[in-house]
Amino acid sequence: MAVEFDTSSEKFTEYADPSRLVTPDWLQEHLGEPGLVVVESDEDVLLYETGHIPGAVKVDWHTELNDEVVRDYLDGEGFAKLLSRKGIGRDDTIVIYGDKNNWWAAYALWVFSLFGHEDVRLLDGGRDLWIAQGREITTEVPQRAQTEYPIVERDDSVLRAFREDVLVHLGKPLIDVRSPEEYTGERTHMPEYPQESSLRGGHIPTAKSVPWKRAVADDGTFKSRKELDAIYRDEIGLNEGDEVIAYCRIGERSSHTWFVLQHLLGFQDVRNYDGSWTEWGSSVRVPIVAGSEPGDVPAAR
Amino acid sequence: MTELHTPDTLAEIRDEFLELEENERLQLLLEFSRELPPVPDDFAANPDQYERVAECQSPVFIAAEVADDDTVVLHATAPAEAPTTRGFASILVQGINGLSAEEVLAIPSDYPQSLGITRAVSPLRIAGMTGMLVRTQRQVRALTAV
Repeated sequence: MAVEFDTSSEKFTEYADPSRLVTPDWLQEHLGEPGLVVVESDEDVLLYETGHIPGAVKVDWHTELNDEVVRDYLDGEGFAKLLSRKGIGRDDTIVIYGDKNNWWAAYALWVFSLFGHEDVRLLDGGRDLWIAQGREITTEVPQRAQTEYPIVERDDSVLRAFREDVLVHLGKPLIDVRSPEEYTGERTHMPEYPQESSLRGGHIPTAKSVPWKRAVADDGTFKSRKELDAIYRDEIGLNEGDEVIAYCRIGERSSHTWFVLQHLLGFQDVRNYDGSWTEWGSSVRVPIVAGSEPGDVPAAR
Repeated sequence: MTELHTPDTLAEIRDEFLELEENERLQLLLEFSRELPPVPDDFAANPDQYERVAECQSPVFIAAEVADDDTVVLHATAPAEAPTTRGFASILVQGINGLSAEEVLAIPSDYPQSLGITRAVSPLRIAGMTGMLVRTQRQVRALTAV
């Protein structure tokens, strides 16, 4: 049974799918409600342990959502085991939040969506806003009863793009959400972030640069529908019915943009290329454009 | 070429980790993160003296000093929102302070991998600790170069 949607926010009603977000007020009121599971997903693997929203369980993107050997996500069995262990049922409403403006929360939401978990939402403003508002956090780890989450095979065909998909997509809208320095090829990793090896710098030909952060207001919440439309429709020129692929460096920041395009603006065909620059920038003979211009679709070889 | 040797201080910390079950090691890392001492006032007032550890995802800065008696003091600062990074820094501060410069330079650069937490924190994150260690050694080498 899904928990009722948050209808308290006027801002949310403007979004294509208002049910995908909850406000801190709403979450606080609904904490502990049967059928609701709160999940924290952070960049820092120990941040949850320093204090989290009461009742929240932790899901770590690196050690829990990824396969240990292959560069891929869990399979259906692994996902079922993980969610059962976390005490999450297939029909539960999941609200995810995290650090860094919900990057990893959006990433977790996207991975959960690959497995078709239906009701998964984000806490607008994430961990930082919750704490900034002086709301309660605790170090107490909840003991949720183990569930029997069913084995559902991951469906990569709708929300996920692979390198081969991007190659045939060239000419259709492609959004590079990395920093301007990464886009131009001056650097191959985020400013102030560790080197994550890619052998070449630049961007995928025709990709337009829209750093993820442009979708976020100063308090860490998502910008209004009007502000987002001004960026993605008016400025970048996305139109209803467009097929869009977003990418970044390893797929976490582009999950954030994917969430904006798919759920807040209602584009029906949006995929996240999680291989992103760490794959593209090290691949042999794939086309790359350096500099600030998107560049043209390369002639077929 | 200095012969590699893990000093007793760091070996003890390593053994503390290895005595625990893998999932309890993260808790120990968290305890270390709480023990990271605040930096001295004159360092806090002059952040330029710190070197940014680019290998770490969080903003962490380190500064090594070598006293006249050749003992090394390491200062490190990292935000409270980055407990993993603080834990790494705290291990190095506790394990390195009071060692001689020669002992610091002899620490094997794969020491972070020996803590048995690589899988629990992910190899990418452990690379941040290696970055801290290698940069500390580079600073000590520069300070003791004659």
